[in-house]
Amino acid sequence: MITLTDVTKQYGNITALKNISLEVVKGEVFSVIGPNGSGKTTLLRIMAGIEAPTKGTVIFNGEEVDEKNLVKLRRRGTMVFQKTTLFNTTVFGNIAYGLKLRQFPQQEIKERVTDALDIVKLHGYEERLAKSLSGGEQQRVALARALALDTDVLFLDEPTANLDPKSVSVIEETITWINRERNTTVILATHNMYQAETLGNRTILLINGEISQIGQSKEIFTLPSTQLADFTRVENIFSGISTMRAEGTPIVTLDNGLKIEAAHGSGGRVTLFIRPEDIILSKERIVSSARNVFAGQIAGIIDLGPLVKLRVDAGREFLVQITKRSFIEMRLNIDSQVFLTFKASSVHVL
Amino acid sequence: MSYGGFVNMTVETEIVEIAVRTIGVSGAATLLAALWGIPLGILLGLKRFRGRRVIVGFFNAMMGLPAVALGLLLYLLFSQSGPLGFLHLLYTPLVIVLGQAVLITPITVSFTTSTIEAIDPEIKDLATTLGASETEASMAVLKESIGGVLLAVAASFNRAIAELGVAIMVGGNLRGLTRVLTTSIALETTRAELDLGIALTIILLVIVFAVNASVNMLQSRVRSWLWK
Repeated sequence: MITLTDVTKQYGNITALKNISLEVVKGEVFSVIGPNGSGKTTLLRIMAGIEAPTKGTVIFNGEEVDEKNLVKLRRRGTMVFQKTTLFNTTVFGNIAYGLKLRQFPQQEIKERVTDALDIVKLHGYEERLAKSLSGGEQQRVALARALALDTDVLFLDEPTANLDPKSVSVIEETITWINRERNTTVILATHNMYQAETLGNRTILLINGEISQIGQSKEIFTLPSTQLADFTRVENIFSGISTMRAEGTPIVTLDNGLKIEAAHGSGGRVTLFIRPEDIILSKERIVSSARNVFAGQIAGIIDLGPLVKLRVDAGREFLVQITKRSFIEMRLNIDSQVFLTFKASSVHVL
Repeated sequence: MSYGGFVNMTVETEIVEIAVRTIGVSGAATLLAALWGIPLGILLGLKRFRGRRVIVGFFNAMMGLPAVALGLLLYLLFSQSGPLGFLHLLYTPLVIVLGQAVLITPITVSFTTSTIEAIDPEIKDLATTLGASETEASMAVLKESIGGVLLAVAASFNRAIAELGVAIMVGGNLRGLTRVLTTSIALETTRAELDLGIALTIILLVIVFAVNASVNMLQSRVRSWLWK
């Protein structure tokens, strides 16, 4: 679908991308992860035809992108920016813009706008002023505006950064949906590795403008890579010594003696992480199939609106995410005694 | 000088005449400045070329040009012995229009340039990725800048109608011909006709507020019209 050969991009003395060669296959979700300033945005802008590379070639569907075919090829894809940008008009006006440029008939424009709004769960928002919506809603309008064009490729530059959890889940669902139902090729830049892992078929890790790793998303996230863990905001990340048990599952002894059971992994020194939302919090010890149960007490409370993150001291500090409702109903507070329970399969060993 | 009933009536009609002339002169100057200032501002905001910084800096600096300095310069140009003296424009409303237009052009240009600069990169990228050509993307930037452009025009009008230097030096404050609100306020105050000075000042303020309020209301109208 898109092939980059030896692409370099320089802004004055600064080299944003160095000799990038890669191929995005039609119909895949291709995620680009890397720390801030690693060149993710520049890479997407070049692939989307918004910027020209300083050196190297971009081939789109077998055609090399040049001055002459730029506008034509650029229309085969569209990009949603990290910083939500909207025209100062109604939601309808925003979504219709690209359709009008493509000279669709009035009736079809209307239908496409309605459909796109339904997909991002903003039904009936046509006549609202786009800039009066909340941040999450605005980004969903931006996504709907891209969806309405039904392009071959969709570029998403950190589409969920700093958004509310509801908008994040709507956007993530939409990405999966558009890829499955419309077979749209999705190129997603993110620094959220869960997102890259769950949404992406293939992932590249970009460090300082160079490809540090490329491969199937699952491989990237199971292979040990300190570079990866360094920048992704991974919570509940611990290191310890893993020993394999007779049945082939590892048990990891952390530096302070805490033992965590995992379902997959290898022996030796390993890094592991557990997602805060995979940990069950209870006031009594739960008897279940889950292999890991720890007693601890709440050391901190972080209010995230509908969700609450708790710092729980259980020998090591764990971050646990629960809903505000549970938090209130369980009458939790600082120093409350709690139990943490999580399955061995929720332990990701790097 | 005596003010009988008859004279008072003419004072009133004269005030109306002065107010109308003021709006006409400063309005014409604003239109003239908009005519060349807005396209220039758009060009400076959208295009990157050699010497652009210098031009932008020049207009920014010229916003501070004292009206009397310009008035003196224009006087020298248009006086009998000046290079443009043969046009016989000195002490005509037309020369005030020209002078005020020159005075406010830097405001029109600089405000337009900076509003477009502020909007340019993101909106242009957005329009581009939604399928716009270079020209269509520039149009989108213009549409988004409309509020700032109207503000540029309003600010230019405000400066024109409030200035005294040009109007008095090249207009001469001739009764019935070139007398405008600011020149008559200055005259009446120096003649200790404070009541009249205050009344004229109130009229000036009302005009300024009314014009700016209508520009504000116009903004959303123009915007929705542009998106039709």
